[in-house]
Amino acid sequence: MQALFGQLLVGLINGSFYALLSLGLSIIFGLVNVVNFAHGAMYMTGAFFAWIGLSSLGIGYWPSLLLSPLAVGLLGVAVERTMLRRLYQLDNLYGLLFTFGLTLIVEGLFHHQYGNSGNSFPVPEALQGGSNLGFMYLPRYRAWVVLVSVAVCFASWFVIERTKLGAYLRAGTENPKLLQAFGVNVPLMMTLTFGFGVALAGFAGVMAAPIYQVTPSMGSGLIIVVFAVVVIGGMGSILGSIVTGIGLGLVEGLTKYLYPQAASTVVFAIMAVVLLIRPAGLFGREK
Amino acid sequence: MSTPDGVQESRAAWRLGIITPRRKRIFFGLLVVLGLVLPYLVYPVFLMNVLCMALFASAFNLLLGYTGLLSFGHAAFLGTAGYVTGWLLRSVGLPVELGVLAGTAVATVLGWAIGALAIRRSGIYFAMITLGFAQMIYFLAVQLPFTGGEDGLQGIPQGKALGFVPLHNPYALYYFVFAIFALGFAVIYRTIHSPFGHVLRSIRENEARALSLGYDVERYKLVAFVISAGLAGLAGSTKALVLQFVTLTDVHWHKSGEVVLMTLLGGMGTVMGPSVGALLVVAMENYLTGFGDWVTVIVGTVFVAGVLAFRRGIVGEALHLARNFPF
Repeated sequence: MQALFGQLLVGLINGSFYALLSLGLSIIFGLVNVVNFAHGAMYMTGAFFAWIGLSSLGIGYWPSLLLSPLAVGLLGVAVERTMLRRLYQLDNLYGLLFTFGLTLIVEGLFHHQYGNSGNSFPVPEALQGGSNLGFMYLPRYRAWVVLVSVAVCFASWFVIERTKLGAYLRAGTENPKLLQAFGVNVPLMMTLTFGFGVALAGFAGVMAAPIYQVTPSMGSGLIIVVFAVVVIGGMGSILGSIVTGIGLGLVEGLTKYLYPQAASTVVFAIMAVVLLIRPAGLFGREK
Repeated sequence: MSTPDGVQESRAAWRLGIITPRRKRIFFGLLVVLGLVLPYLVYPVFLMNVLCMALFASAFNLLLGYTGLLSFGHAAFLGTAGYVTGWLLRSVGLPVELGVLAGTAVATVLGWAIGALAIRRSGIYFAMITLGFAQMIYFLAVQLPFTGGEDGLQGIPQGKALGFVPLHNPYALYYFVFAIFALGFAVIYRTIHSPFGHVLRSIRENEARALSLGYDVERYKLVAFVISAGLAGLAGSTKALVLQFVTLTDVHWHKSGEVVLMTLLGGMGTVMGPSVGALLVVAMENYLTGFGDWVTVIVGTVFVAGVLAFRRGIVGEALHLARNFPF
């Protein structure tokens, strides 16, 4: 029983990261129409910024939780302003290819500078330890990750679905030209949306740093799974991507308990099944 | 997808008489002669590597350049075929030809399975789905016992072609590989220039119109995917024979990206583009091996620069130049 709940907790944590990343991916795709392959690299960059901040500048976990996503977001804004925006009038596969190249560059640079071995990031003092719930042991930091991820996801949902800013965003997703005709600065909105999306990935990276080893390749394996999550859930709905992300994390955890060999492939197998019975994705709305 | 930039250049070249059927025949004739002489001038193993990757990229181009489908998981076919051929030659002791054929056949079947699922979504989702299934194949290659896991399959025997040509001789092996490449390339060339290929192009240009004209678009896409996967498999089987090893890098997503880069650099949607791109990328990786991690950074930079400023590719640019300096 302990083992089952342990694996489910790991699944829940992974699922929280899937949810955070697929949320950012959906927001960017919705307005900017780019599938950001570099999302995983931005997640890795966020984790690395936090680690570098701690090991060479003495910046702790809490300031990093704000500073690192900010830095990643600024990086995203710079990339969008200087390069990515030249591709908007083209087919959106060029955006995918561009961000793929960007991933290679970013990963290669970190790899060159910090090697391939994992760097561990200590759990902040306030969140050390844990409590025994009777049926399982719950480390405090892991509970924190799940709570914060869910909170951030719902805050994003609230902003997008219930505020004026979110209304602009949704309008831009539906018809950017019309929105621009109403006097809204759509190009600026796209820049900020891209920046916010990748900042979200950077934030997930900082959250992940004390759990996983910080390595240059930590993001690329993850982003491919997140793509599968996006195919399964469909990018149409925000709540959909949150539910799908966490749900698939749990399924993965369950598989790790029942049949560990299949844990790394179960998400792709589910993708195959979903494509067979509901090609548009569980929450998809296109066509 | 819209018309790739290189395609517009090649159309213009035909219209202006820069490419004519006669010139084309002379060009391919010269290429064959060059291909036969080259191993005496350049290191044969390098050439064979280029030929394998050129076949791989040309097969990929059938999808991206001619059908408008971006498969982001083509390494799955290259690698699977390589593993199957390598295992059959090493552990079962099959003759070379059967080993290569079996690898190609397995890749074709895998292409049918993945293709049938992936064409249920279009556009950017298609790319994500193929990437996902390729990653699944990667994890299977890590776990399955016969692939050798992290070590890969080492020491694949080269045997004798047709029972008497010893393939451990680099020149004999080169002509064997050259023949396979020529065969694969001919299949792609015929496919592109057949009525079937024209339907593929119409799907690339305007899928809805192709559908409304009564073409079973899904079926055409699937057949194109299966041909492409099968030929990618042929390239993978041949590569396993040439290098005598297959490792996880052959099924890694980097490899899937590499073939996109070759096609993009050479000129997507052009007949020769992918081969030119393959030559360039293989040469680049060969000469840069001393730079270690910088190779990834340089490949990434070339990728970004190619997408931003070089979408015609080398062949497209060459045709564009020829248009301004007609001969």
